[in-house]
Amino acid sequence: MLSQDIESPILQVSNLKKYFHVAKGILHAVDGISFNIERGKTLGMVGESGCGKSTTGRLLVRLHEADEGSIIYDGKEVTKANPREMLALRTKMQMIFQDPYSSINPRHTVSSIIGEPLKIYKKVKNSQEYESKVHSLMATVGLADRLYDAYPHELDGGRRQRIGIARALALEPQFIVCDEPVSALDVSIQAQILNLLMDLQEKFGLTYLFITHDLSVVKHISNDIIIMYLGQIVERSKTDELFAHPIHPYSQALLSAIPIPKLNARKERIILKSEVSSPINPKPGCRFAPRCNFAKPDCSERDPLLREIIPGRFVACHYAERFL
Amino acid sequence: MDRILEVNDLHVHYFSNRKTVLAINNLSLSMDRGRVLGLVGETGAGKTTLALSILNMIRAPQGKIVSGTIKFNSIDIFKMSKHELHDLRGKDISMIFQDPMTALNPVLTVGDQIAETVFKHEKVSKAEAWEKAEAMLETVGIPQVRAREYPHQFSGGMKQRVVIALALACNPKLLLADEPTTALDVTIQAQVLDLMRHLIKNHNTSVLFITHSLGLVAENCDEVATMYAGEIVEYGTIDQVYGNTFHPYTKGLFGSLPDYSEGSNRLKPIPGLMPDPTNLPKGCYFSPRCPYVMPVCKEEHPQDSIIDGHLVKCHLYRRNNDESKNR
Repeated sequence: MLSQDIESPILQVSNLKKYFHVAKGILHAVDGISFNIERGKTLGMVGESGCGKSTTGRLLVRLHEADEGSIIYDGKEVTKANPREMLALRTKMQMIFQDPYSSINPRHTVSSIIGEPLKIYKKVKNSQEYESKVHSLMATVGLADRLYDAYPHELDGGRRQRIGIARALALEPQFIVCDEPVSALDVSIQAQILNLLMDLQEKFGLTYLFITHDLSVVKHISNDIIIMYLGQIVERSKTDELFAHPIHPYSQALLSAIPIPKLNARKERIILKSEVSSPINPKPGCRFAPRCNFAKPDCSERDPLLREIIPGRFVACHYAERFL
Repeated sequence: MDRILEVNDLHVHYFSNRKTVLAINNLSLSMDRGRVLGLVGETGAGKTTLALSILNMIRAPQGKIVSGTIKFNSIDIFKMSKHELHDLRGKDISMIFQDPMTALNPVLTVGDQIAETVFKHEKVSKAEAWEKAEAMLETVGIPQVRAREYPHQFSGGMKQRVVIALALACNPKLLLADEPTTALDVTIQAQVLDLMRHLIKNHNTSVLFITHSLGLVAENCDEVATMYAGEIVEYGTIDQVYGNTFHPYTKGLFGSLPDYSEGSNRLKPIPGLMPDPTNLPKGCYFSPRCPYVMPVCKEEHPQDSIIDGHLVKCHLYRRNNDESKNR
């Protein structure tokens, strides 16, 4: 058996932490998460506002510095890379941002935005090569040639998002963090962009971390899913297994909250009590306990650890076995 | 059944940079007491413009209600005096605006904002208005002691509940809910809608539920209308439109959904984009994107066809008898 057959994951994250110091204390944005992503696959990261998913995405491409933990990309420790090593890593790890209105420079043309990485990394020798590469990237993402000199304000959200995607592809990366790439778009445009992302993955063998709050989108595009709550992972499984049978009470509530566009689909909806607790100076114990319909006294005393309760299913809940 | 709202042949335009935006084009719509009508469409379809027109809030010089009538309980809204409109808004017709973060006045307590509406519309003292405000907050699940707090002290979900309390304080006959939960997390959305359904049922309020979500409409509405380029292209009960979709645009919307209970790989988005409202295409406005387009679609604007109360504006459903004589 060749060693290439046993491939290690392209990304290995261990005990990652990011805290922010705010007036009232310490905000635990990302609080000790660990996960791997296999080459060529998509990991969906799901959670509601304040769960830490965007912060995690930014930590991976080092837009934030981690407070603790390790991020190993293709064998290289990202958190300890020096500036020169970071430059090399950034050609392989790219990001697509959520808001197509604020993530591209309104004073630059489409070609200038897409081509900027090529210039910075000196990937092209002359202007002909530059133009040719930019045109090729525009074609890849479905932007018409005539938009080469257009400005972002002349284009709709969907086209602007395509600019962001083309820019992310410019350096021929292997791994892309997609931070809510379709949330700001209308439903029919979302579908176009999702199809594009899936086609690109197939064509270039890309690996994605797909961050979203929208469970219906993530089901479509991800192989595996992690569900986050207040900076921690509460459940991790293969996509179809999670949807067929969510285990953690929060996962159950999240899935049951999705409105279904079908006749007679009205079902038992789990309505959670109260609101999300504060991520500032969190109390010990399970962070979901205040809202959990099944919480017991010890849930607010001991921290639940993420454990594999049946093969392939990881859940952070003291009483996970009850929900099997 | 009482007819509470009737919109007839409405045309609304906006003016900018020497161009005219055709926001609403010959739109007709009616609602009965106690019914919840979902209005579905994407950005730019004209949904918010319709809601503002019902409240007669389209302002010159930017906007103009060019023609058409809107009758609320048989009274012509466009013929009402300023005084009569002030009485109507907040009391008979109420609106929940899209973004709870900006819909509330940041320098007034939430209690004051609700009390203000009650005091204006009902013949009560200020003290009684304040008590009513506290009661409304309790109804939406906010402890009445928080009435003295300011909007910034509440989370998004709670702010939206305050907005709902405000909209329902004077027990309106018609509620215009413009994307009331779009800015909220899905578990909070479930909470808020659960609450709204409950309140609406208790008071037999009619609701125009504006949203882009076909899922929310299926779960909260009795009827649904799809809007495209300022027109209603399909209308019917939930059973009719979801069970037997007529219009290609509505079909396209369903097809675009990554329906999480099915396993197909590629989505079926509608190709292209919404038309430029300052330059609408000849014939059917949807024709440039329609997979079923016929030559007539590019020439003639389609009329309404009604089959068992299920309305569709599309040449595919045109009857053979000559409708033009009936106009």
